[in-house]
Amino acid sequence: MSEILNMKNISKIYQMGSEKVVALDDVNLSINEGEFVSILGPSGSGKSTLMNIMGCLDTPTEGEYILSGKKVAGLSEKELARIRNKEIGFIFQSFQLLPKLTATQNVELPLIYAGINSSRRKEIAKEILTRVGLESKINNLPTQLSGGQQQRVAIARAISTEPSILLADEPTGALDQETGLKILELFKELNEEGRTIIMITHDKNIAQYGNRIINIVDGKVTESGEFYDKG
Amino acid sequence: MIKDSIKMSWDNIINSKIRSFLTILGIVIGVASIISLITIVQGATAEITNQVSGLGANTITIQAAGTPLKQGLNDKDLDYLNRINNIKGVSPTITKQVSIASNGKTMKNVSIKGKNNIFFEEESENIILGRGFNALDLDQKTKVSVLGSDINKEIFLGQNPIGKDIKINGLTFKIVGVLKPGSEFALSSNNDSIFIPYSTARTALSTRNIKEADIYMADSSKSDEIIADMKVVLNRAFNYKEDAYFIFNFEDVIKAIGDITGLMTLLLVGIASISLLVGGIGIMNMMLVSVTERTSEIGLRKALGAEPNSIQLQFILESIFLSLIGGVIGLLLGLLIAYVAAVSIGYPFSVSIMTLFIAIGFSSVVGVVFGYAPARKASKLNPIDALKTL
Repeated sequence: MSEILNMKNISKIYQMGSEKVVALDDVNLSINEGEFVSILGPSGSGKSTLMNIMGCLDTPTEGEYILSGKKVAGLSEKELARIRNKEIGFIFQSFQLLPKLTATQNVELPLIYAGINSSRRKEIAKEILTRVGLESKINNLPTQLSGGQQQRVAIARAISTEPSILLADEPTGALDQETGLKILELFKELNEEGRTIIMITHDKNIAQYGNRIINIVDGKVTESGEFYDKG
Repeated sequence: MIKDSIKMSWDNIINSKIRSFLTILGIVIGVASIISLITIVQGATAEITNQVSGLGANTITIQAAGTPLKQGLNDKDLDYLNRINNIKGVSPTITKQVSIASNGKTMKNVSIKGKNNIFFEEESENIILGRGFNALDLDQKTKVSVLGSDINKEIFLGQNPIGKDIKINGLTFKIVGVLKPGSEFALSSNNDSIFIPYSTARTALSTRNIKEADIYMADSSKSDEIIADMKVVLNRAFNYKEDAYFIFNFEDVIKAIGDITGLMTLLLVGIASISLLVGGIGIMNMMLVSVTERTSEIGLRKALGAEPNSIQLQFILESIFLSLIGGVIGLLLGLLIAYVAAVSIGYPFSVSIMTLFIAIGFSSVVGVVFGYAPARKASKLNPIDALKTL
């Protein structure tokens, strides 16, 4: 399996007035294509900072980050936007769907920024919404969908540009247990289809769904490379 | 990409109709006032200029009060004036207030004007009944007269005066013509005057001095040269006493009217532009609120791969659309106001292409200028901070 993500000595330090806050402290990790990795840590552990850096929303203070063979450091805003569009699919705790757009239109958003024409976008959106089990809801507004359905739309949006990795930040955090499990099952299916998934969570039980767990506490990756058999 | 940005901006305006409408109200009022003011002033100016030119375009009037030694122009002066280049002719006027009697009626203090054939040749369209004077009348000093419309109405209401006799200053004249009612814009009305041949008037009214004369120009573009020549003649006539005469050029009046209305237009448009400025600030305010409200949307779009430029484009377009919609509504409203004004005041309604360009131009400029800062702010938002605010 080829390596898709590599972090070497990544540190992120925030200057809060006169105090320095170390959010990430010398993080080293490597993720291969096709993995389903859970990043487990309590709140304030630096896991959101880690995800922001992985998602090219933020840049590290120190260290080297290579995504799909490309160094991310020193890229312009425009280039970072292109990487976010092509290489990363974001899934958020609160879904982040645009309330005035239909399911299809929400899924189309990254495709617009990828420069794909309107008719092709609609085809892709319909196909992917069908894949996540929402073929009957493609023209519904988010308010006409349940939480689980909204998160499925968000997942469809994340995979629409066929990115290298899916980055999910507490994807079940806003859902009840049963719905959350269905979403995790969907993640498993997507992973089995060959997609690389990185899921951030504070919940050990949810983290078990990944086939590898990375622990993060106080900005330090304390345990890495442990594989779980999810039998 | 541009097409999608346009669609996104447009959808966003449509999605908040009431707020969009309230936002563009300032632009609507601004553009409507500019368009209606320009159209009304232009229409009124055209009408006034038209009326005034009808009164005396192509004529230059001399008012000659004269000096104590020489109280007015004499025949020799008129002869010199007649020799000036680029003119059709000179029409002197002798005026006197006398009593008249005709058809069993008597009137006192009626203004009698001695005029020549040149006047009637130039003003032939103003004769509604009978004829004016010809060269023969002037040569022969015939006792004929042309009545002003009010005099005619007073004495011959419902009757044909042509061929009837009229006693003027004790002498009997034959009525040969009637003038049509003059414009209300006229500086001195001919409606209550009676015209007799100028040559006859000199003896009949026992007046030797000519206090007024009209010069008919052959080419009004040469008015400056004609006036210069007139000054030479008049200075010689009155021994270089410049206050002895006064030259009145109708072209100057028309030009002055144009200058005044032009200045007025500029002033009014300037005032109306203030409302456009206020409208622009309204749009900027709304756009800033919109950026703040949609911070998380902007963050999301950035996370999904929107480049800063495309975010900026989307917000600029939104601002331009808002202003343009306001501009178009304002244009229509302004034209409607101008149309109502034209109909109620009673001058022909016309629209210049310029107003269209002003409306569209002004509103797009407002859109770009006042949309730039909010759009810039949106494009600079940090996606992480933006996503947090939910």
